Amino acid sequence: MTDNTKPATGFEEGLKGASETVAEFREEKSLVKKIQHWLHQTPSAVPMIVLVISVLVFALLSENFFRATTMSTILQQIAIVGIIGCAQTIVILTAGIDLSVGAIAVFSSVLMGQLTFRFGIPAPLAIVMGLALGTAMGALNGYLISRLKLPPFIVTLGTWQIFLSSNYIFSKNETIRSQDIAEAAPALQFWGNAIQPGGVKVLYAVFLLIVLVAVMAYVLRHTAWGRHVYAVGDDAEAAKLAGVQTNKILLQVYALAGFFCAIAGWVMIGRFGSVSPTASTGVLGNIQSITAVVIGGISLFGGRGSIVGMFFGALIVGVFEMGLRLVGTDPQWTFFLIGVLIIFAVAVDQWIRKVSS
Amino acid sequence: MTLKTIFRASLAGSILAFAASGALAQDAVKACLITKTDTNPFFVKMKEGAEAKAAELGVELKSYAGQVDGDNEAQVAAIEACMTDGAKGILITASDTAAIVDSVKAARDQGILVIALDTPLDPIDAADATFATDNFAAGELIGKWAAATMGAEAANAKIALLDLAISQPSVDVLRDQGFLQGFGVDLGDASKWGDETDPRVVGHEVTAGNEEGGLKAMEALLAKDPDINLVYTINEPAAAGAYEALKAVGKEGSTLIVSVDGGCPGVANVKDGIIGATSQQYPLQMASLGIEAIAAYAKDGTKPAPTEGKDFFDTGVTLVTDKPVDGVESVDTAKGTELCWG
Repeated sequence: MTDNTKPATGFEEGLKGASETVAEFREEKSLVKKIQHWLHQTPSAVPMIVLVISVLVFALLSENFFRATTMSTILQQIAIVGIIGCAQTIVILTAGIDLSVGAIAVFSSVLMGQLTFRFGIPAPLAIVMGLALGTAMGALNGYLISRLKLPPFIVTLGTWQIFLSSNYIFSKNETIRSQDIAEAAPALQFWGNAIQPGGVKVLYAVFLLIVLVAVMAYVLRHTAWGRHVYAVGDDAEAAKLAGVQTNKILLQVYALAGFFCAIAGWVMIGRFGSVSPTASTGVLGNIQSITAVVIGGISLFGGRGSIVGMFFGALIVGVFEMGLRLVGTDPQWTFFLIGVLIIFAVAVDQWIRKVSS
Repeated sequence: MTLKTIFRASLAGSILAFAASGALAQDAVKACLITKTDTNPFFVKMKEGAEAKAAELGVELKSYAGQVDGDNEAQVAAIEACMTDGAKGILITASDTAAIVDSVKAARDQGILVIALDTPLDPIDAADATFATDNFAAGELIGKWAAATMGAEAANAKIALLDLAISQPSVDVLRDQGFLQGFGVDLGDASKWGDETDPRVVGHEVTAGNEEGGLKAMEALLAKDPDINLVYTINEPAAAGAYEALKAVGKEGSTLIVSVDGGCPGVANVKDGIIGATSQQYPLQMASLGIEAIAAYAKDGTKPAPTEGKDFFDTGVTLVTDKPVDGVESVDTAKGTELCWG
C-alpha cells in the first residue's frame, strides 16, 4: 500500500466514476434458472421426483406393483439401509465418509445376540451394551479422524475390516436361530413386530426409520449442532474461525453414526429373525448406504443435501429392486440402472452448484 | 465326531501300511486346502476334517481361503503359493469354477495332484479328481419327497425357487434342476435354471446363501404370487430366511420348505418342522478323503478313481426328515443330528 507511486489524496478518490448503486441481488427470470434455484433450496426435490416417476412407471408395467402390501414390503426392505443411511448422511455432510457402517451394524447385532445367548446377559441389557459398543466403534473412527487427523476414507477402510473380522472371530461364525431368540430373548426381535391396519403389515422397523429420519431432519436444520455439522462439511477452516469446535463435532458425528449403526443391528435381528455374522450388510452396507445418500442428492463433497433426500434415495433403490423383479428382468438391470442414477445424481448436484457461482 | 471315528477305524489298516513301509520320511508331505471363504461353517468344518486327517497321516497342511465367496484372485494366489511351497497336492473348493482352470493346470503341470472338493471344476476333468456330493441327486431327493408329501396337490403346486447367485454356479444349477426333476417339472435346458415353462414355477430369486438373502428373495416372490405353497432353497440359512418371510404373512404352517446341506442348525430346523426335509452332505468326509488321496499319491503316485458310473467320487447324500414318505429313503433328525456339520 505504501509503495503506491501516486498516493491518494482523498480516501474515496479511487471511486470516482464508479457505479453508485447499492449492491443488490438480481432475480433471474429464465425458467431454467428458477428451477435451478428451487432445486438449490430444496435438495430433496430431485430424488422425490425420480421416486414418483419410477413408482408410476412400475405401476404401469406390473399390476402387482402398486399395492399397499408391495409398498409396505419395499419400506421394510429399506429399513436397515435407511437407518445406516442416517449414519452415512451425517458423516458425508461433514465431507467425510464411513466405510465401516455395515460392519458396525452386523457386529452390534452379533454382540447383542451372543451376549444374551453365550453369556446369559438379559436381552434388554445386552441390547443396551450392543448400542453402547456400536457407539464406541463409531467414536473410535471419530477419534482417529478428528484427533489424529487421519483421512476418513482410510480410517474407516481399516476399521471396516477390523470390525468385520472381529465379528467373525467373536461369533465363531455361529448363527443364532430365529426360534431360539423368539423363545429366550424376544426383546432382540422387537423391531420385527408389526401393526396390521387393513391387513397391510407394517413393521415397527419402518416407523423407527421414519422417526429417525424426521428427528435428524429437524436436528440438522433447526439446531445449532445441526448447522455446525453443515458448516464443518462446507468449509472446516471457516467454521473453525467462526468458533465451531470442529474436532468435537467430528467426534460426535462419527460416534452418533456408530450409534445409528448399532440401532440398525438391533433392527436386523427383528427383520431377519436370526443373528448371522455373515449377513451381506457387513460387506455391502457401506456401498448401499452411500448409494442411498448420493442418489438422495447429498453432496459427497460435504455441506449440502438433506437427510430426507437420503430416505428418498433408499426408497428409489427399493422400488427399482422390487419393480424390476416383478417385471421379471434380469437382476443385473437393477445394478445397471442404479449405476446410471448415481451418475445422474452427481451430475445434477454439480449443475445445481453452479447456481451459487 | 462319529464320522471321524468311522474313518479312523476304516483306515487304520492303510495308515499302518504307511508307517510300516517307512513312507513317512524326514520330509513331511505338503498339502494345501483352498476354500471359498473361511467364514462359512461348511468350509470351517471342511478345514477341521482336513486338519484332523493331516495330523493323523503326518501331512503338513496349509489352508487358504478367499475373502468372500467368488474371490477368484485370492484362490489363484493361493495356488501359486502352494506351487512355490512345493506342495504334493491341492484340495480346492473353487469360487469360480471356470476361471480357476488355468491356474489348476499350471499346478498339475508341475506334478501336483489337484482334487476339487464339493464343487466340480468346469470342465470337471480340469482336476485330477472331484470329491463331492452328487448335488443333482441331493436336489432330486427333496423334489421326490416334496412330490410324495403333497400327493395329488402336487399338480397345483406354486413353487418358489431360492437359488444361490445370478452367475448360476454349478452347485446351484445341479441342486435346483435336481429338485425340479424330482418333483416332476420339465427342465428345459438342464444346464441352467430359470428357463422352465411349467406354470407351477412362480419364479427364481437369488439369496447369496444366507438368511438375509433368503428373506428378501421370498418377499419378492410372495409379491409376485401370494399363493406359493412349496419353497426350494439352495441351503438351510436361505430356508431360515424364507421362513421368516412366510411367517410375516402368516403362511408358515401351510408352506412346505425343502433344502440341501445338512448343517446342524438346518437339521435342528427340520426337527422343529420349519424345514420339511433336507439333503445332507458330508464336508468332513470330502476333506479327509482328499488328504488321504494326497498321501497315497505322494507315496506311490496313485491317483484317486471316481465312483463307478460317475465322473466324480461321490461322498454321499442322505435325506433327513421326520416325515418319511414311501419310495424315498431317509433318516430321521436324530440320526441327521449325529451326522451334521457346522
